[in-house]
Amino acid sequence: MSIPAMLACYTVLQQLKLKTMKDFLFVYRADRSVIAQRSPEEVQINTQKWMDWIGSIAAQNKLVDAGNRLYPTGKVSRGNQVVTDGPFTELKETLGGYSLIKADSLDEAVALSQGCPIYEAGGSVEIREIHAM
Amino acid sequence: MEKNQLIPHLFRTEYTKITAVLCKLFGFEHIGVAEDIASDTFLAAHETWGLKGLPENPTAWLYTVAKNKAKNYLRHEAVFRQKVAGELKRGTTETDIPEIDLSAQNIHDSQLQMMFAVCHPAIVAEAQIGLALRILCGFGIEEIATAFLSNKETIAKRLQRAKDKLRSEQIKIEFPGKPEISNRLDNVLTTLYLLFNEGYYSSNHNTTLRKDLCLEAMRLTFLLTENENTNQPVVHALLALMSFQASRFDARMDDAGEMILYNDQDASRWDQALIQQGKDFLARSASGPKISRFHLEACIAYGHTNKADTPEKWNNILQLYNHLLALEYSPMAALNRTYALSKVKGKQVALEEALKLNLGTHHLYHVLLSELYTGSDDAQALASLKTALHLAHSPADKKIIEQKIQALTPPAQP
Repeated sequence: MSIPAMLACYTVLQQLKLKTMKDFLFVYRADRSVIAQRSPEEVQINTQKWMDWIGSIAAQNKLVDAGNRLYPTGKVSRGNQVVTDGPFTELKETLGGYSLIKADSLDEAVALSQGCPIYEAGGSVEIREIHAM
Repeated sequence: MEKNQLIPHLFRTEYTKITAVLCKLFGFEHIGVAEDIASDTFLAAHETWGLKGLPENPTAWLYTVAKNKAKNYLRHEAVFRQKVAGELKRGTTETDIPEIDLSAQNIHDSQLQMMFAVCHPAIVAEAQIGLALRILCGFGIEEIATAFLSNKETIAKRLQRAKDKLRSEQIKIEFPGKPEISNRLDNVLTTLYLLFNEGYYSSNHNTTLRKDLCLEAMRLTFLLTENENTNQPVVHALLALMSFQASRFDARMDDAGEMILYNDQDASRWDQALIQQGKDFLARSASGPKISRFHLEACIAYGHTNKADTPEKWNNILQLYNHLLALEYSPMAALNRTYALSKVKGKQVALEEALKLNLGTHHLYHVLLSELYTGSDDAQALASLKTALHLAHSPADKKIIEQKIQALTPPAQP
């Protein structure tokens, strides 16, 4: 292959790479004590709000995996050291779940996180680009 | 039934059975022979019955003739093989000819195994549907061409390529092993689903043919429930979906074969027996750990058997679409979800989300936009319909959009 041809090929590959969307992890954190106070009806309404929000991302074909919620209890192990019971950070910042989405850029991923029901509970979404192994 | 109607009817039902059994016996490389013997059998029936009248049991008559023709073929084939191989062994005796088993059980097994072979992942989806129509449903090349809005030559070539592929990949006519059956079953169900949709959504005006496609897809899906390995909740879910959809088949077409949209349908023309059948299969589908797309789509179709425009109904449908999209994206599901959203949260909320869908090349996207603009910005609603008209391909789609444009256009001032 000639050098100009190789260069052209390289440019095309770069462009293709740019066009490929990146994967992002959404990490949801919120104050456990706020969430624990909800009535069964409120829990049900909240679940629908989450699914409406997830459905909105999925309808744009930007959802990779809806992910899961996490139970509040768990343990932290540091190899041979003591295994500690959770919660592991401040109550306000309990890890509550995660999703995988795809977007062209971090900014677009941040835009997609708007409308997430976690904000109503004073919580946050941490948005991290996936670095494939 | 008169002879003129009986032969086409028997052809559909018995041709596929005879072909499946013979093909299973001969192997896929000789599917042409199996098809020829089945065709010859019907030719013989046509001639003999025309002269002597109908036999007492036409099916048994066909099976006897097919068996004899198959045995004859095998005799000559054995002689032929020996000649070619230059072998000088003893002549073939009657005992070397295998029994042609046209029992109900073997017919059933052969058809199911054939279904798995035709829906093998090595074959492209379009060819799978064509092969299924030809081999499993007994449709003529011309009928398949009409169903696909194509011509005989293209279809014949496509089927030939698919058959060659089945041969070259050495795909066996057999049940997949237990660990494999789930994956392979998914493939079979997707093909049957596409086959059904081909009949249900095609813009073809031949209503009888379209209904036949739907009924055949249902018949084949039903076959799967009669075998313990394939009688699974996901199969019941697909049958429920097909039953609910098919219940509206007559109501969605006027006398001239033109589409009647859901909102304008006469609900009293919905087939209640099929709706009940759908409910029964949906109840049976509710077991096992997995909720498939067919479960969700069947639940949505069930929601639509209730024509009342209540917020509860639309919220249920919206939630089902949310789950369906989270499971598997499709443009149609994205459009339908946004419509459901407009029914639950109003047109403005839905419009904001619709504008993010990035489906501008689909005419139905612009039909949806028009629906959402109507009331707040009628000029934009009209402009969206004109874009839709420009993008639509089939005459049926264009006609419906033109009707909508007419309804939206303000009457000329005197």
